[in-house]
Amino acid sequence: MAAAQRFSMKGNETIGAGLCAIFGVLFLIIAGLTDHSAYAFHMVVMALACGLGFYAIVNWAARGDVRLEPLEIDGRPNYNDGPIRFATIAAMFWGIAGFTVGLVIALQLAFPVLNFDLPWTNFGRLRPLHTSAVIFAFGGNVLLATSFYVVQRTCHARLAGVLSPWFVVLGYNLFIVIAGTGYLLGITQGKEYAEPEWYADLFLTVVWVVYLLVFLATLWRRKEPHIYVANWFYLGFIVTIAVLHLGNNATIPVSLTSPKSYILWSGIQDAMFQWWYGHNAVGFFLTAGFLAIMYYFIPKRAERPVYSYRLSIIHFWALIFLYIWAGPHHLHYTALPDWAQTLGMTFSIMLWMPSWGGMINGLMTLSGAWDKLRTDPVLRMMVVSVAFYGMSTFEGPLMSIKAVNSLSHYTDWTIGHVHSGALGWVGYVSFGAIYCLVPWLWKKERLYSNRLVEWHFWISTIGIVFYISAMWVSGIMQGLMWRAYTSLGFLEYSFVETVAAMHPYYVIRAAGGGLFLLGALLMVYNLWMTVRVGAPRAEAVTGNLQQVPAE
Amino acid sequence: MAQMYQLLASIAQSVGVLYFMGMFLAVVAYALWPRNRETFDRAASVPLDDE
Repeated sequence: MAAAQRFSMKGNETIGAGLCAIFGVLFLIIAGLTDHSAYAFHMVVMALACGLGFYAIVNWAARGDVRLEPLEIDGRPNYNDGPIRFATIAAMFWGIAGFTVGLVIALQLAFPVLNFDLPWTNFGRLRPLHTSAVIFAFGGNVLLATSFYVVQRTCHARLAGVLSPWFVVLGYNLFIVIAGTGYLLGITQGKEYAEPEWYADLFLTVVWVVYLLVFLATLWRRKEPHIYVANWFYLGFIVTIAVLHLGNNATIPVSLTSPKSYILWSGIQDAMFQWWYGHNAVGFFLTAGFLAIMYYFIPKRAERPVYSYRLSIIHFWALIFLYIWAGPHHLHYTALPDWAQTLGMTFSIMLWMPSWGGMINGLMTLSGAWDKLRTDPVLRMMVVSVAFYGMSTFEGPLMSIKAVNSLSHYTDWTIGHVHSGALGWVGYVSFGAIYCLVPWLWKKERLYSNRLVEWHFWISTIGIVFYISAMWVSGIMQGLMWRAYTSLGFLEYSFVETVAAMHPYYVIRAAGGGLFLLGALLMVYNLWMTVRVGAPRAEAVTGNLQQVPAE
Repeated sequence: MAQMYQLLASIAQSVGVLYFMGMFLAVVAYALWPRNRETFDRAASVPLDDE
């Protein structure tokens, strides 16, 4: 064994350690040169991450040849679940953080004193922290975890790469830390869902390209000739997010020692780029990626094949071809040319078809297994998520119609719409997937408590209903008050009167958000107990199914 | 500028429409092609036999 444990650095490890060393020193130099304290803090964090990366790689290389896991054991693929476990835990951590910040800003809107008159805690800085934490930190880690899980299981192949899957999950979470602390310290591009500045964007680009390569290389290893549809959705999500990110962040930094940068696009082109990006963050991050989850976890949990595989192909291609054009509906009645607004509206309306195609396919997968909805709260959560998907993708095209948009735009109706999609669809399908994943990944027989899942389901469903109905009422009221005229042609209400009228709905919304957070806390406890005290799965005890003696 | 707009608009309204219709029909043909039936029927159960 002594010979096997000799120190050996192979090509990839040398490159990895070398890059960590070079960039670590570079970040330290920038930290020393800059006069921007928050930027210096970020450079020190990145340098520390480089140092830890260097240490981990060299330490691991020192273990010699024993470290490489075989691709297969006894003819069965030896799946790589370590990075998936990390991303699952990270998802729950960021989920709780993001929901909590959401509750705080909801309370700030109802009770402005909670801004505390401090720059770090005011609504303007906490709001992007909330959106990024729930979309990119919670949702992103769910997508990383499930995509790495699903691509291995549907290809019957071990995840490609040794260092790279870890680089993807750790690097992505480092990006989250840089982005989130940046908002609190006042570093932002001020573009919705694209707030991180140029250096964080460049780092994310590197992480994302490695993610794409790991995913493609795993597909390349597949034993099954046909690529399962969930992988198409994941691939559509990964590729499109890369393109959107590059397009909307084409900036030139002021200097290496400044966090500030300027975008290449000017005026309305910049706005159009921003909402082409922004809407497709919804379309490809929050829709295509989570549809991939639906196409694996619902059939798996219901133990039924996909209702119509042909429909899944048609709705995949229709969805990705139509979504990319829908962005201009965010810029109705602005300086954007009228024809571009109409184009965005038209494509949004056409999106009804593929969206509902996906919803029907997800729901009908339960045909022959509807009784499971009564007994399995995890499956119920995922099915309700698909129902919310259908509802919010019905509402979205409706709101993109110019006449409707003239009432709904800039009001709370938009916030209600976003949250029926985010809490109902993305949240529930993620919770369902994580409730499935944790017992599978930690080799447990079942969840610690199904009753706690029931409680989670009902508490957060009531929370969502509170949230979205309060925002519908508040939003439509707000829109109607803005456009009300007196008989003499004056505006009937001053702006502050519309703000005061929304107060009760803001309190109801905060209560709904609080219930949603409470449900998620029950989930964390349930998962924690599953990992700690759950009974191990039978095959994990004996190591192999074939070795179980006959009784 | 106006000429550029005219040019792009006419391309979008002719070639673009045909291109998109063509892509859509190709996808529908691929999904419904009788020879692919067996592959797709098997693929529908892929999540069920993965351990």
